[in-house]
Amino acid sequence: MLDLALVWAAIIALGVLVYVVLDGFDLGIGILFPFFPEDEDRQVMMNSVAPVWDGNETWMVLGGAGLFAAFPVVYAAVLSALYLPLVLMLVGLILRGVAFEIRPKSRRTRPVWDLAFMLGSALATFFQGVALGAFIQGIPVLNREFAGGAFDWLSPFSLFTGMGLLATYAVLGCGWLIIKTEGELQRRMFRLMPPLTLVLLAVIGLVSLWTPLSQPAIAARWFGPALAWLWPVPLAVLACGWGILHAVKIGAEIRPYVLTLALIALGYLGFLISIWPNLIPPGISLWAAAAPESSLKFTLVGAVVILPVILAYTAWGYWVFRGKVRVHDEGYH
Amino acid sequence: MNEISALDLARIQFAFTVSFHIIFPAITIGLSSFIAVLEGLWLKTRQPVYYTLCRFWSKVFAVCFAMGVVSGVVMSYQFGTNWSAFSNFAGSITGPLLAYEVLTAFFLEAGFLGIMLFGWNKVGPRAHFAATTAVALGTLISMFWILSSNSWMQTPAGFRIEDGRVIPLDWLAIVFNPSFPYRFLHMALAVFAASMLLVAATAAWHLLKNRANRPMRISLSMALACLLVVAPMQALVGDAHGLNTLKYQPAKLAAIEGLWETHQGGTPLNLFGIPDMQAETTRYALQIPHLGSLVLTHSWDGEIPGLKSFPREDRPNALITFWSFRVMVGLGGLMILLALAGAWLYRRGKLYDSRAFLRFAVAMGPAGFVALLAGWVTTEVGRQPWVVYGLLRTAHAVSPVTRQQVGISLFVFVVVYSLVFGTGIYYLLKLLRQGPQPETPQLMDTRHAAQAGRHPLQGADLSIESEQGDSHA
Ligand code: HDD
Ligand code: HEM
Ligand code: HEM
Repeated sequence: MLDLALVWAAIIALGVLVYVVLDGFDLGIGILFPFFPEDEDRQVMMNSVAPVWDGNETWMVLGGAGLFAAFPVVYAAVLSALYLPLVLMLVGLILRGVAFEIRPKSRRTRPVWDLAFMLGSALATFFQGVALGAFIQGIPVLNREFAGGAFDWLSPFSLFTGMGLLATYAVLGCGWLIIKTEGELQRRMFRLMPPLTLVLLAVIGLVSLWTPLSQPAIAARWFGPALAWLWPVPLAVLACGWGILHAVKIGAEIRPYVLTLALIALGYLGFLISIWPNLIPPGISLWAAAAPESSLKFTLVGAVVILPVILAYTAWGYWVFRGKVRVHDEGYH
Repeated sequence: MNEISALDLARIQFAFTVSFHIIFPAITIGLSSFIAVLEGLWLKTRQPVYYTLCRFWSKVFAVCFAMGVVSGVVMSYQFGTNWSAFSNFAGSITGPLLAYEVLTAFFLEAGFLGIMLFGWNKVGPRAHFAATTAVALGTLISMFWILSSNSWMQTPAGFRIEDGRVIPLDWLAIVFNPSFPYRFLHMALAVFAASMLLVAATAAWHLLKNRANRPMRISLSMALACLLVVAPMQALVGDAHGLNTLKYQPAKLAAIEGLWETHQGGTPLNLFGIPDMQAETTRYALQIPHLGSLVLTHSWDGEIPGLKSFPREDRPNALITFWSFRVMVGLGGLMILLALAGAWLYRRGKLYDSRAFLRFAVAMGPAGFVALLAGWVTTEVGRQPWVVYGLLRTAHAVSPVTRQQVGISLFVFVVVYSLVFGTGIYYLLKLLRQGPQPETPQLMDTRHAAQAGRHPLQGADLSIESEQGDSHA
């Protein structure tokens, strides 16, 4: 018999990864805005994601809806536990979503929309990171409901993961813009990439130390008998970091972005290893949280049939808008 | 006195955020189909005026879409943040329905939106038309799933209850639950009515200033033609919807009618009045004998249970539902009037000349949205005190969160929505006021545009040239 709960956990995990890969660069562009004060540069940066940002964000909605469908307990408990960070994340998404539309058309109020775009992107990213950190630290659940306090999510660790995600998305945004821009703007992106990469490596290192130090269960997993299998992970991280710096040096356009993705995939893998097989750390496993079988089956049919189609037309969309972005390309009117 | 509870705040928050949200889908669902039709006409006739119209309404569409998306994302998280007990109880059904909405609708809309808005010069005209159609289809599919979910909460079917949660048994019965067909049709007609009224009002406003504005003439006649079909149908579907409600949610219907007693041998209809929940009566009622039976059971002396036949704690608020229902139906009547008057003027060749009519059309611009919200208030307040009708009370559906949390987030949402969507809507109105613009300044200014209306071919040629080179706001 197919383990439907496991399949669903895999689909959601994959959905979250796709979300980070796609929406990461597009939030990152907002985070990089302060480094590029010129209006034309900003327009190019924004235009490079204008046709795709909505699709990118939809992966997050899929993550939420997937949880709601396949693991309602998780959806209910985790969302109530992370109430305030999620509300603030949503506020950030509102600010930047509307700024996308109105900034290019505004004149007098353009600085305000620039600010809304930067703040919105940073706010959304930061609180995603905070939510992630709080989630790793564990969420108390009693009788299928959240049993903690309103500010349980607030800790030095979660604030740090919030900052860490800001750095992560900034690197992704920078890598993306190296691909999509040219000339002086691209040169400045190249220059920005190495310091950002070093920050990202530092973040990964710190989180990797901090997590096992504060969570004995996770320490047991990493430093137990499995250690023999896991030591290549940090090495691969270092190799990717070096690869990015090298690629920037020789002016390779695509490689920095791809290697950043590899870095993030490694970090994500580490995260999955740490919490497996829980869906709500520390105590609720994915099997305990699963929805009734008829719900899992019904939704799986749709996911299996439709997800490949979605991936296909998403890829087509990216293909249509391939190539460098210029100021006078058809952007938002 | 009674302190306001987390539950009250969560309800206010839901009502506030969803009411904001639904305004934008109402525009985007109707407008995307409208744009698809315009683009189809352009492909078929190659008349550039259709292209100009496509581009103009696409801009309006884009602004509404962005606001619809971000306000919608808030909705999809709210079931977990504020209504976790509900999610635990019914997530096994509403969750999959929402997941299907994401898979079949949201991705479709988002995936082709980029091409629809920015792909004019990147893909061929047919591929572009396909993208526009895909977006329009996506919005309709989205409506299908979310209404299925809401209808299931109103008239649950196809499930069993085990360990205090719902286990789905028959998905066909769940998706096509008893009130779904009515609700889906009624809502579809409502969004088309609302968006076409917006188009008609915009067009009428421009025609009042310049009766020769050709794109706006086309917009007006197309919108009115659509309304002429939709508005009368809405009354018929609404009537059928009422019969369905009488069968499945009789307490709601009694509240809508302000009916307290169960009359033998013919129920009167309260045209107006003030239902009083404490005194269990409808004050100042203006009654017409037998009409209630006639309208609601389609028979002379059909029986309708009054509110007194339900325990007090199971009665919805009659004052609100009574009046919101009348606002909706009253505006529905005005819409029919507008469409008929338009058709009559059109046949006599005076549609664009009657200033009185054009003013009427402008005034009816917001009517669709008001009616739509009034309809939802009727439906949702009338369903109280239940979230899942007969199964889960609203009071038991709320998350174990504190008053402060919900209060803070409500405050933040009110501030952010007012500021962000406030400016968004201001901007939208500006866009509507501007109207379709031939976009290369050296070729045309607004006065030339007016002439272009009088010499359609010439103006049209100019405008398509200028459209192709345009690049910024
Ligand atoms: C009748 C139609 C309708 C109704 C009743 C609702 N929506 Fe909606 N929603 C749409 C019709 C729509 C749409 C037409 O598909 C949207 C509007 C914005 C946009 O223009 O797409 C959309 C967008 C939208 C999005 C963003 C999709 C994206 O990322 O592209 C989400 C997450 C939701 N909605 C969720 C909800 C929830 C949870 C609702 C109920 C409480 C809800 N909507 C009511
Ligand atoms: C789109 C237009 C909608 C509007 C304007 C609307 C409006 C409202 C209002 C005013 C209430 C409060 C009723 C009260 O508490 O007295 C309410 C409650 C509720 N609605 Fe809707 N609704 C809409 C759509 C939906 C949909 C599509 C769903 C579900 C899929 C839904 C789910 C709920 C739930 C769960 C409640 C209970 C919470 C509460 O009582 O506030 N609504 N809605
Ligand atoms: C003209 C005569 C109309 C009649 C007889 C009518 C009837 C009804 C009834 C009985 C309901 C409550 C259904 C329930 O929850 O049990 C309802 C809901 C609703 N109405 Fe109307 N209606 C009319 C016109 C309109 C118009 C013109 C609009 C908007 C443009 C509209 C929009 C809505 C909406 C959005 C709802 C809530 C969703 C739903 O339950 O379908 N209605 N209507």
